[in-house]
Amino acid sequence: MKRIYVNEEWCLGCHLCEYQCAFANSGMDDMVKALKGKTIHPRIQVEGDNKISFAVNCRHCSDARCVKGCISGALSRDKDGVVVIDTDKCVGCFTCILSCPYGAIMPSSDHSVVQKCQLCMDNASGEPACVKGCPNRAIVYEERI
Amino acid sequence: MLRDYLYPEYEAVRNPDLCIGCRACERQCSNEVHRYDSDLGKMVSDSTNCVDCQRCVCLCPTHALKIVKSDHTFKLNANWTQEAITDVIRQAGTGAVLLSAMGNPKEYPVYWDKMLINASQVTNPSIDPLREPMETKTYLGKKSEEIQRDRNGNIIPETSPQLELETPIMFSAMSYGSISYNAHKSLATAAEELGILYNTGEGGLHEDFYQYGPNTIVQVASGRFGVHEDYLNAGAAIEIKMGQGAKPGIGGHLPGEKIVDDISKTRMIPEGTDAISPAPHHDIYSIEDLRQLVFSLKEASDYKKPVIVKIAAVHNVAAIASGIARSGADIIAIDGYRGGTGAAPKRIRDNVGIPIELALASVDQRLRDEGIRDEVSVVVGGSIRSSTDVVKAIALGADAVYIATSALIALGCHLCRSCQAGKCNWGIATQVPELVKRLNPADGKERLVNLVHAWTHEIKEMMGGMGINSIEALRGNRLMLRGIGLTNKELEILGIKHAGE
Amino acid sequence: MLLREGENGNRIPAGCAISGIFSKSGTRINGKQIIDSISVMHDRSNGLGGGFAGYGIYPEYKNQYAFHVFYETNEAKEICERYLDRHFDVINLSKIPIRRIPEIKDEPLIWRYFVDPLRTRLAASQLDEKEYVVRCVNRINTKLDGCYVFSCGKNMGVFKAVGFPEDVGRFYRLNEYDGYCWTAHGRYPTNTPGWWGGAHPFAMLDYSIVHNGEISSYDANRRFIEMYGYKCNLLTDTEVITYITDYLLRKQKLSLEEMASVVAAPFWSTIDHMEEPEKSRLKFLRNKFSSLLITGPFSILLGFTGGMMALNDRLKLRSMVVGEKDDMVYIASEECAMRVIEPNLDTIWSPRGGEPVIVRLYDEAMEEIGGDE
Repeated sequence: MKRIYVNEEWCLGCHLCEYQCAFANSGMDDMVKALKGKTIHPRIQVEGDNKISFAVNCRHCSDARCVKGCISGALSRDKDGVVVIDTDKCVGCFTCILSCPYGAIMPSSDHSVVQKCQLCMDNASGEPACVKGCPNRAIVYEERI
Repeated sequence: MLRDYLYPEYEAVRNPDLCIGCRACERQCSNEVHRYDSDLGKMVSDSTNCVDCQRCVCLCPTHALKIVKSDHTFKLNANWTQEAITDVIRQAGTGAVLLSAMGNPKEYPVYWDKMLINASQVTNPSIDPLREPMETKTYLGKKSEEIQRDRNGNIIPETSPQLELETPIMFSAMSYGSISYNAHKSLATAAEELGILYNTGEGGLHEDFYQYGPNTIVQVASGRFGVHEDYLNAGAAIEIKMGQGAKPGIGGHLPGEKIVDDISKTRMIPEGTDAISPAPHHDIYSIEDLRQLVFSLKEASDYKKPVIVKIAAVHNVAAIASGIARSGADIIAIDGYRGGTGAAPKRIRDNVGIPIELALASVDQRLRDEGIRDEVSVVVGGSIRSSTDVVKAIALGADAVYIATSALIALGCHLCRSCQAGKCNWGIATQVPELVKRLNPADGKERLVNLVHAWTHEIKEMMGGMGINSIEALRGNRLMLRGIGLTNKELEILGIKHAGE
Repeated sequence: MLLREGENGNRIPAGCAISGIFSKSGTRINGKQIIDSISVMHDRSNGLGGGFAGYGIYPEYKNQYAFHVFYETNEAKEICERYLDRHFDVINLSKIPIRRIPEIKDEPLIWRYFVDPLRTRLAASQLDEKEYVVRCVNRINTKLDGCYVFSCGKNMGVFKAVGFPEDVGRFYRLNEYDGYCWTAHGRYPTNTPGWWGGAHPFAMLDYSIVHNGEISSYDANRRFIEMYGYKCNLLTDTEVITYITDYLLRKQKLSLEEMASVVAAPFWSTIDHMEEPEKSRLKFLRNKFSSLLITGPFSILLGFTGGMMALNDRLKLRSMVVGEKDDMVYIASEECAMRVIEPNLDTIWSPRGGEPVIVRLYDEAMEEIGGDE
């Protein structure tokens, strides 16, 4: 399946992907309106410093620990292999946050449920916003064997 | 000293209504113009060190930033311009030669913009490039040898070594050191995909790039950095750099802080030492010495590589070119006074040399007058900005053009003319690893390929309009040009008629 | 406004009609035939130029260069004749016979000389004979005011004037000449030239060119060929094509086929798909003589001693058809120009762009005319 990959060689640590993610998942049509004066809760996060950095988000593992450990059946792999969250079922136990080896699942802004990258399939972006907004093609969305 | 304070020439202006405080501008500015002020709880900018490279403007996700020319002014004076006063203040403070980079920015006439291109109407047809083949393939090299035939009278199809280009555009010399590894990689990979050549410049060839040899011109300059037998045989051609349009008559100086790791290895000089290219080649004090170097290089490369001699366009360029055409060189490259550089004394960049348009016209005519135009191909550079500049150059008589500034702009350069500082925010003219990685060569290559494809497409459209379907029928075809707003003398030198004639 | 080709840098493009007749067995064809042929293409010319070249028309002087000269004045004639006497042995001279007709006006003095180069002069010049003749003719045409040598080959002659070609043919009484090859030209210049020298064919030694088209590579070709001692004074396509022909055939010693591969070179994409050694040969020719590639529309008929070649530009932007009947070959801009003189052609075809059609005399006929090619 096509996944988001990050080439740390080209990641500049500019954090723009975080803002693009937060905007894409804000449901709003304007970035300023969506993000100005707010603390953002992006589903992708840049780790590292100015010298070495890389963005991290859900790997959509084929044998995902988060799906296995989910006590309410809120996490599942859909037919395309995307690990998705059903927030109606999520009870906010955060087991998945503890079990994810990448730290790619995080509480939502109000801490009631969890959130994770769903490849922008669940918002109006149409394609992963972090990929589109990366100024150095460090984040790519592609099939790899 | 306080009296040396100069108000910033350009100011970064932030629209507070649009700024979301993502701090991308702060992280991306190597000149530390932007910062987040936690006391004020907002982004602030200090334009003192802004070079107007546009990096922050391009990366700002909400387009909250712009750079404006400061309206701060000295008392207006047509003679003592702001620049003249500023330069005196700077030099009084430092005692130093003023340094700058990229090409001559002064308001001299741009002859490309004073020439118009022809098109067919009625008496002969224009040719539709969508329906008919439109050929831009170009061979560079000597074409003067006599035809030899075998015993049966068949032509023996052997020529001096030739360079084959899919389109008459090459990337001109920029050394590894003056530009980054990633910039070189972008140029090399793009040249390979485009079927053209790039040029190592005088800094040697990084071992990673030997694989692009068939698309590489290796340069031999006065410092002889990185020159060894394998290097000479690694490329498709060897270029002797006698001069550079941005700084004719003087050498180069890459400061020791840029001679790091691989650069020191590639240049074959110790880390941290200044790389100084002398003004002349100290084994070339005259034209007969040049001939010796040409043939030394041919010997070293077994006569399999064409030798290019690159000169700056100076006052008696036609006579110099005539001498070079008889030196055994296969190709003459001429660099006009608007050619770029990674660092040059500002006074020289802005005042020495002549426009490439005039140099090309007089060189091409001189070589024809002497009946030796076939001895060499002529390549010109020094501010070829668009496909029309290419068309006009070829119609004046060039075989191909060299582009460098245009290529760098494709890679992200916004002509801030601060290369000498080594803090290029676009990862081009820098060796700082965090900055170098801002240029992803996959992206760089694609943009270079796009640019040359786009130009080639436009060249074909214009050729078709003129009823020409092969680039060689445009070469030296000066009837396809008309001058506009030029004096008789200028028209005479360019060898073209005025519009309406 | 009457203009003279090349004067003040005037370049006059033209559309045209061309026609050629050739007998491979050397049968002598009367000049009336070629007049009949070109006259049916009347609408392709506009009365501002017509002309003919005939080969094998001077069998009695087949070893002498036949100079056809226009003079503007008697003084010019005297100056030119003095020059000729200093450089040539003039075997015969006469006015070229004409018929005064209302359609052709303002004729210059038209003279013909059969000459041999003076041996002593030729030896002193250290040139080969043909080069000597060419240089003398160029000298007359460029340095002697009011003199213009418009034909200088052996056993051939050019006849041209301002007017419709059929009138020009009658004016020169071509029905009094017979030759194994004739070419004709009717001109449609996009200007008003009034000078007879500007009409076509354009000739150099025994090469004559009639051409239909306007080449867009003109100045590239001109500036290249002028490196080799040619001077394009008339600024016409035909002139530059003639010099290219002379340069490639006489100076570079290319064959006609090789010359065609230079001026109408195949596309690189075509060459790339060819087999060796053809591929390398064509690449070599195209690269070596890249500045002699002619682009833009043209159809040309090249006449030379013992043969004729027809060639179209490589995109075939101008019409040209070839017809054959027994040993006769007809080539013309339009089919009607062949049908009018030979209604029962054996074959008729349209050569592809860049494909030369070359016809030559049979060997025995070649010996007959004393050709040296």
